[in-house]
Amino acid sequence: MARIEPLGFRSVEGRPQKHLALILARELASQLATATFVADARGELVFYNEPAEEILGRTFAEAGAMPAGGWASQFRLEGLDGAPLPMEEMPAAVALMERRPAHGKIWMTGLDGQRRLVSITAAPLFASPTDFVGVIALFWQEPTMDAD
Amino acid sequence: MPLQARIWGCRGSLPTPGEATVRYGGNTPCVEIRTPSGRRLILDAGTGIKRLGADLESDGPVHVLLTHLHLDHVEGLRFFAPFWRPETELHIWGPPSPLHTLEERIARAFSPPLFPLELSDTPADVTFHDVPHETWEIDGVRIDAQAVSHPGPTLGYRLAVNGSSLAYIPDHEPVLGVEMADLGPEWISGHAIAADVDVLLHDCQFSESEYPSRVGWGHSSVAHAVQFAQRAEVGRLVLFHHDPDRSDAGVDRLVERASELWDGTSAVTPVAACEGMTLDVP
Repeated sequence: MARIEPLGFRSVEGRPQKHLALILARELASQLATATFVADARGELVFYNEPAEEILGRTFAEAGAMPAGGWASQFRLEGLDGAPLPMEEMPAAVALMERRPAHGKIWMTGLDGQRRLVSITAAPLFASPTDFVGVIALFWQEPTMDAD
Repeated sequence: MPLQARIWGCRGSLPTPGEATVRYGGNTPCVEIRTPSGRRLILDAGTGIKRLGADLESDGPVHVLLTHLHLDHVEGLRFFAPFWRPETELHIWGPPSPLHTLEERIARAFSPPLFPLELSDTPADVTFHDVPHETWEIDGVRIDAQAVSHPGPTLGYRLAVNGSSLAYIPDHEPVLGVEMADLGPEWISGHAIAADVDVLLHDCQFSESEYPSRVGWGHSSVAHAVQFAQRAEVGRLVLFHHDPDRSDAGVDRLVERASELWDGTSAVTPVAACEGMTLDVP
């Protein structure tokens, strides 16, 4: 059976269009002082804001959109014990794959090579009860002796 | 034969009769679309639909396509003559909502204390439709509807037939807090609906000086309207949804400003919608 895409998440006569909820999420993120990133329903990292650039270590303009496998591998992620964090345990991945809110505190090594302790809260974005369009994640750098 | 559009109402927010609005009109949004076979589709049911209803004969199904359910876009429905004829087959299309059906939401405006009768009292054979996700056809006209940026579930429509196309986005704030120039087209609300159409009827409620104090109200400044039309590379921009405080002279000034902003990519400079205007979509 052909998949029916959510309203707004489809092309019109071949012209691509992001879902309005994603557009508004990006616009919201661009106005926040809290580090925020937005991924679409496929897990592609489609935007992160300037405060997130500080933590992730590279501007979005430089990094560009990243496919689901790409961003997870570009940032080295560890649990609080320093052990590598499985992808499926990342709050953003939980929100993406299990479509439920998730929160966690992890070590993240950004694209600038800096290791930081961050808290992440991620939530799935539903345009209607059945229209999952992506994920929004907010994260904070936690004070730590190890962090910059 | 191409599409033909006739404006029955293009005022935003509130009906505004009076000597200051005689030329552009005071009725709220309603646009009649003549299909190549001569049938009519109706975009929005503002107060302009009342006069249109008096002009409609009972010669087949009537389709009303609502962009959203703010009162200025539905308040004429209660006085739409075909609603009160038992022989009418009426189809009302509108935006889906997460919680309530289109019929339930329209019934709120169609019941006491806002109206003396209930929706169920109307004798016409009425069917309510959430717009489909995919392209659909009415009388050979291909129709696309997509959610656009405006408070509450709101649609923009694209109608196309025989190589002619028209987009109708009367209530729209295409970007919020970001620069349109910095965005790829797929990130601009409504872009795919409007891209390359021959005629775009688009929100132009505010002047550039008014807009900063009305950010987030869901409407465009004249600069937004022009920039959006340019990004979508439309053939002709028709300014729509005139502010209720805008006099005819004020609308003239917005048209002048739109013409200044237009960069000459089309020989056809922007115009403002007015009641009675007929547009032949090439």
